[in-house]
Amino acid sequence: MSTKEVVVGDRRSPLKIARGLGSSHSGAHHWWVQRVTAAALVGLGIWFVILVLSLLGADFEAARARVAQPWNALLMVAFLVAMFWHAALGLQVVIEDYVHTRWKEVVALVAVYFLAFLGAFAAVLAVLRIALTP
Amino acid sequence: MAPTPRPTSPNIQIYRWQVQMVSSILHRATGIALAVGTLVVVCGLLKLAGGEDGFNGFRALLGTPVGMLLMLGWSWALFYHLCNGIRHLVQDGGAGYKIPQFVRSSWLSVIGSVVLTVIVWVYVLAAGGAA
Repeated sequence: MSTKEVVVGDRRSPLKIARGLGSSHSGAHHWWVQRVTAAALVGLGIWFVILVLSLLGADFEAARARVAQPWNALLMVAFLVAMFWHAALGLQVVIEDYVHTRWKEVVALVAVYFLAFLGAFAAVLAVLRIALTP
Repeated sequence: MAPTPRPTSPNIQIYRWQVQMVSSILHRATGIALAVGTLVVVCGLLKLAGGEDGFNGFRALLGTPVGMLLMLGWSWALFYHLCNGIRHLVQDGGAGYKIPQFVRSSWLSVIGSVVLTVIVWVYVLAAGGAA
């Protein structure tokens, strides 16, 4: 941030301005990660839909074999990580917007992130088991 | 602990209906719905990893009328969030901010998501249903 942007009456300390992290304390990090995961999910989401459609007529063994293929397993893990990350970031914004009692907000945020990590770990472990068990 | 006092804006029933606010509300609503839908993805993968009986049970559940209806809803939510998400990424790049462009891209997201949903479900039904 250049000094030109410091308007008259700015009450931030010079250090605060230099850090440029604002009231979120993390700058635009949340915003960026939401966009990067969104961009990833454009491709991975379309891939996921095509994969699911390709499994329509498949029985258990065929479905498992298809997900176990190296490229499919890799893209599935990428899809799951991007999906849960993007979902947690999105739900975080919804909670911050609508839950105005601080302790409820914190509880909801922690619950969302716990669930997102659990879901992501469970799903990735399932993919690993499918891909690595003969 | 008391609610934190915040400046409040008039609620949505005050405003005249326009497609831009529908596209915005739908983006958030479909996002929440898809977050719930992630649990179905996890469930499917766990069943696929777990064994044939569990997986066939999961698949039978999706094939019931209620299951199919939920999948129809989630597929539309996915396509809407995808189309409107691309629209938002374009807008984040600074393009499409004139009001007529804004209205047109809103309609494009809504119509595009319905078209994609129809295409996928025509394919699903032609392939003999979800189960």
